[in-house]
Amino acid sequence: MKIHRKDLGLLVLILVVGAVVAFINPRFLSPVNLSNTSNLIGLFGLFALAQAFVIISGGIELSVGSIIALLGVIFVDLIASTGVPWAAAVVIVIALGCLMGLVHGFLIAKVGLQPFVVTLCGLLIYRGVARYYTDDATAGFPFGASFPTLEWLTTGRFYGIPHSLIAFAMATIIMGVVLHRSVFGRYLYAVGKNEEAARYSGICTPCITISAYVICCGLTAVAAIFIAMYTRSISPSSHGNFYELYAIAAAVLGGCSLRGGEGSTLGVVLGTVLLQVLQNLVNLLGIPSSLNFAVMGSVILIGVLADQQFSRARMLAKRKKALGGPGLPSAAVVQEREHA
Amino acid sequence: MRPPFLTMTGITKRYPGITALDGVNFSIGPGEVIGLVGENGAGKSTLMKILGGVVQPSAGRIELDGDEIVGLTVPRAMQGGIAFVHQELNLFENLTAAANIFIGREPLKAGFMKLVDNKELSRRARPLLDQLGADFDADTPVAELSLAEMQLVEIAKALSLGARLVVMDEPTSSLTASETERLLTIVAKLKAEGVSVVYISHRLGEVESCADRVIVLRDGRRVAELAGREIVAGLMIRHMIGRELRTLYRPPGAAPGDAILELVGIRTSHRPGQEVNLAVRRGEILGLAGLVGSGRTELARTIFGLDRAQGGEVRIDGKPARIGHSRDAVEKGIYLVPEDRKRSGLVLGFPVRDNITLANLGAYAKSGLVDRGSETVEAERQRAKLDIRLPGISVDVGSLSGGNQQKVVLGKWLSMSPRVLIFDEPTRGIDVGAKNEIYRLMRELSDHGVGILMISSDMEEIIGVSDRVAVMHEGRIAGFLERADLSEQAILSLAVGRSGAHEA
Repeated sequence: MKIHRKDLGLLVLILVVGAVVAFINPRFLSPVNLSNTSNLIGLFGLFALAQAFVIISGGIELSVGSIIALLGVIFVDLIASTGVPWAAAVVIVIALGCLMGLVHGFLIAKVGLQPFVVTLCGLLIYRGVARYYTDDATAGFPFGASFPTLEWLTTGRFYGIPHSLIAFAMATIIMGVVLHRSVFGRYLYAVGKNEEAARYSGICTPCITISAYVICCGLTAVAAIFIAMYTRSISPSSHGNFYELYAIAAAVLGGCSLRGGEGSTLGVVLGTVLLQVLQNLVNLLGIPSSLNFAVMGSVILIGVLADQQFSRARMLAKRKKALGGPGLPSAAVVQEREHA
Repeated sequence: MRPPFLTMTGITKRYPGITALDGVNFSIGPGEVIGLVGENGAGKSTLMKILGGVVQPSAGRIELDGDEIVGLTVPRAMQGGIAFVHQELNLFENLTAAANIFIGREPLKAGFMKLVDNKELSRRARPLLDQLGADFDADTPVAELSLAEMQLVEIAKALSLGARLVVMDEPTSSLTASETERLLTIVAKLKAEGVSVVYISHRLGEVESCADRVIVLRDGRRVAELAGREIVAGLMIRHMIGRELRTLYRPPGAAPGDAILELVGIRTSHRPGQEVNLAVRRGEILGLAGLVGSGRTELARTIFGLDRAQGGEVRIDGKPARIGHSRDAVEKGIYLVPEDRKRSGLVLGFPVRDNITLANLGAYAKSGLVDRGSETVEAERQRAKLDIRLPGISVDVGSLSGGNQQKVVLGKWLSMSPRVLIFDEPTRGIDVGAKNEIYRLMRELSDHGVGILMISSDMEEIIGVSDRVAVMHEGRIAGFLERADLSEQAILSLAVGRSGAHEA
């Protein structure tokens, strides 16, 4: 995988922030803290990765948090109350996620509604359904209920590494290959960058868009299962709140453009890690947790600003090298040069 | 001719490694029309950018009304009465014509609330538009205007700013013959009112008919100045490229074969009331002429599966073919080189290589994974075959010149196996040299048995390249012309709906 300058910058930022936090509070590097943080990275990374697919296709998925709540509630209810074998419940929940993606994708690509609107409605609908489904009560496992295999799979550790992180790593590798190596991935970038040109090249653009939403919601369903097993009890009015924004923030930090056609899996991984390190920083440095969002928002803003300034400076330097003067941004000048 | 009010002497512009302009002299008097011609890259745009204050010259003197101006800036140029009508129009489509003309200078009312006085706005805009012979209302939203009408709005805007010199850069590249005709009368009108015009165009016939003087640039140098009876296309071309162009037309290698693509009673969603019947034969270049808006692009979109046909049948090699999506067309070997290559032909931001392989990516993939190596091989092959000039196949396709971009679009289709290639305005905004290469390629393809359907609004191109021409009028084919009967007159009469193609 090609490492972009952007990703490198993000990596440096993570290391610097990590070093500072470790310096101020050595507990940052304690095994317990590292293990907890990496568990959260795994959980949040799964649906951030999912979000990236949709963002690269030029869309957005706002219902991530509500999907996590609704599918979490359904999953817990299926295995705890109705006695469905957990493996079957996993399949059902992922299938439901894919179905949601299919509906979103259809409404966007075939009916022609705007992604923001469709998924905003999804956000409201799924949240409402989740609350109705449980009568607004907390869904959880009855006393004594135990699913050793499932629990080991989702919340277990392998030499101290949480399985959620391993799942995230596996998903990253698979999705990385899909995005950066496969025909579908190339089409996804093409549709995100210039849907019309993709259509003029004979690409079934609605198929690509719909697939992006199916992958997004399917992978979010996987995340929903991991998260449900991690929290073990789900209060449907608050479970997963704002998770779509974490996902979008991680993707954007990682270099995805909301205009579509840009972004990489590595970037999303780094974006997720940075967000979780920041969360951890708030906890460890004794910053009032009410400031949590403010810290995150500020860092994202600074990151995006810095990136823009750097890339502008790079562009100018490049142009100066090409033109040898403070030439105004003009494609025609470049064009003329190439001809002459 | 009255003495010039603007003189540029010894204008030189150097970029590292290249001299874009080399000691160019240029002057223009009131009411003078100067044709500025040269291949792309000859330095026309750089010269005009210096005139507009956008780019500073490395050396040279600019005098306006006898005063030397050091460090000409954009506002100073505007103040001096220099206005530009660009190739790509800069209008707000959601506003009315009047609002566009006075953008930033709106008449206000209601005191401190600074509301726009719309009545006053259109009252002021109307005479400006009338003066140019516009037949639309000043309150018409620009989105509802044709390209030619939008140009009028731009010119009216320039006049409202008190322009003495209007620079028109490729003003007719998107206009039909009749609209071009009208623009030329406007140029004459401006001239009569003492407004000077610099007319930049690849269409030398227009330059011939409107220019008082022609300045020819080549490789940044002024190689010729023509006046009066010297202003003829042949001479201009000779100076532009330094050699005489052979005639455009290359005869086919063999007589045309059977019909490869037939349209039988095709109705487009654009004009479902009209039926189109035509056949493209193996080994021929069929020109499709007509006014802009006659439905040629819509027909191309329908054949290519972008729009659904409302009726009728497409036959390929005599067999009916169902084309419901562009993918079906591509699978059957029917390819489209679209009119707007930046919007529809290419994915800007993608490397040249990825653009070339985009339509046939499956061929470079094993079990769904793309093999970059074989992609690179094919892209290099197309680059060599089409002589695409670029630093490397992994550069962003957006950084190439128009001609090279068009070759990348072509490379995309030639890397596959074309049966029918539809070209929609294949050489718009492309310089003479690259144009000729594209014509040569078309002929080569047709000689290899590919059917070619070429939509063009450029008369020279239609007559110069086609073996046969179909003329469209309001959604149907008004008539066919064989090579021997091709003339501007014959095509135009069919295009405007006068059935008597032979009456002249």
